[in-house]
Amino acid sequence: MNSLSVKAKNKMTLIVHYLLLLMLAIIVIYPVYFALSYTFMTPQEINTGAPNFLPESFYLGNIIEVIQTTPILRFILNSFIIATAVMIGELITGSLAAYAFAFIPFKGRNFIFALFLATLMVPSEVTVIPRYLMMNALGWMNTYQGLIVPHLATVFGIFLLRQFFMQLPKELMDAAKMDGAGHARIFLTIVLPLSRPALGTLAVYSFLNTWNQYLWPLLMTNSETMRPVQIGITMLENEEFMEWNLILAGVTIALLPSLILLVFGLKQLVAGITAGSVKQ
Amino acid sequence: MQNSEKAFERPFVLNKAASPAKRKRLRKEQIIGYGFIMPSVILLSAFVFFPFFQSIYLSFFMTDPIGNIVAFVGIQNYMDLFTDPEFLNSLKITFLFTIYTVPTGIFIALLLAVLTTSKAKGMKVFQFAFSLPIAMSVGTSSVIWLLLFNPTSGVFNYILNSLGIPSVHWLTDPNWALTSIALMTIWMTLGLNFIILLAGLQGIPKDLYESAKIDGANQIQLFFKITIPLLSPTLFFLLIISVINALQAFGQFNVMTNGGPMNSTNVFVFSLYQEAFVNFQFGLGSTRALILFVIILVLTWLQFKVGEKKVHYQ
Repeated sequence: MNSLSVKAKNKMTLIVHYLLLLMLAIIVIYPVYFALSYTFMTPQEINTGAPNFLPESFYLGNIIEVIQTTPILRFILNSFIIATAVMIGELITGSLAAYAFAFIPFKGRNFIFALFLATLMVPSEVTVIPRYLMMNALGWMNTYQGLIVPHLATVFGIFLLRQFFMQLPKELMDAAKMDGAGHARIFLTIVLPLSRPALGTLAVYSFLNTWNQYLWPLLMTNSETMRPVQIGITMLENEEFMEWNLILAGVTIALLPSLILLVFGLKQLVAGITAGSVKQ
Repeated sequence: MQNSEKAFERPFVLNKAASPAKRKRLRKEQIIGYGFIMPSVILLSAFVFFPFFQSIYLSFFMTDPIGNIVAFVGIQNYMDLFTDPEFLNSLKITFLFTIYTVPTGIFIALLLAVLTTSKAKGMKVFQFAFSLPIAMSVGTSSVIWLLLFNPTSGVFNYILNSLGIPSVHWLTDPNWALTSIALMTIWMTLGLNFIILLAGLQGIPKDLYESAKIDGANQIQLFFKITIPLLSPTLFFLLIISVINALQAFGQFNVMTNGGPMNSTNVFVFSLYQEAFVNFQFGLGSTRALILFVIILVLTWLQFKVGEKKVHYQ
């Protein structure tokens, strides 16, 4: 009858829907846009007294200056070393333990697994004081091992991989066993190659998590050369004379790895988060 | 899931009647099993189990600045804590911070998730935009928002001023500081909330909506009769982890306000940090850590209890 007006009404709701989304997206993105755009503005563009929303130039001077005048590259290198080491460690310890919990019937397996799961209820802040005292006693303050070793095994990683391993087709493993393959061979040639999606998820998750850590590196480092980028960046801000464009250039450099990972690994990250959440 | 549980419950039997060869193989398997979990057992024992018990132990003692035990004080640390006005204040502030951030954060994320699950074109782009804050660490977010909150050249006061409203001292006014950090925290946690709710929404079977539509239900009815009930496990899960995260908030306070002005942002973990790593009172710090643990334990327990009920109900 009046299909035309229904169509028009639908079009109107669609437009309103898009406008609303666009407005909300601008608000959500603004803080990141602010950091990125100020990074590439000239000092004159910034010092106009009012926020500048549209940069006119693509000025690289801030990036160059922040690299030359602050140890930001050293911070990045530290974070990179720490996050990579933790990621590799978590993948190794996590996949080994997950394999045992999924496929090897050893005595006390249920009990140990339950004990592991119980630690999910202990937030790291609860154990941070003794860990700090331990590092102090070992002389591991301001060292890579102090920042890396405590995080080499996580229950989240073990749990995530175990859940994935359990869903692998049992026939494959049975067939390999019939051929006389031992656990080590099944683990290396069947389970690990088939688990690439889960391993990828854990890798992305663990790298980002370590890269973004705050409290532990704050406690463990007091020398500038050992600081990871998250702590380093807040120190830049503390320097009174620092210009906004330089601070934000530092922020942009610190953000880059997580932004890249977000662009390429969002799917994996989402898979990890949902696996971690739904299965609980 | 069900399948995996069954596999896991498979009873372990080292059958006495089994042939010696088989028994030997099973024993060998045991050793391999322990070998596989050994790295994790050692690391978790050293950095989770041991420190946890050490925390309990420390909470009954007074320590010197390098953590050596000076004197056994029993439950004195706990008694001191609950008569310490500063600690009670930090409990109150943490509570307020949770109230400010959690419901608002979930509500906004739910709105965004519902808006981006429509069939209209381009939703992937918006989904990416709303997930963006997940890439932000507490360090970088705090630095960016510190500049946004800047009283003279920050964007917030610029907007207020252009509307004819006088400037607000976002982070240095005791009436505003907590609200300002709550605003920043809502933004910072939006990405995670959004991703979890989006996954929950996408898990709701489409045909439910279709058949309800045929029965003549309108959008609002669909939302309250189908979306909300089916999303309730996800919402509840998100509620609990959001509360736990809010209780653990620290970085943004350390960078943006340092607990001030006038202790108005001295949240739980910040006071723990102050006590243990600024005043070097490790015993008193551990007491705080354990109280945090008990609160989180209760919340997790609640999550499991209600979670179980939901499963039975369906």
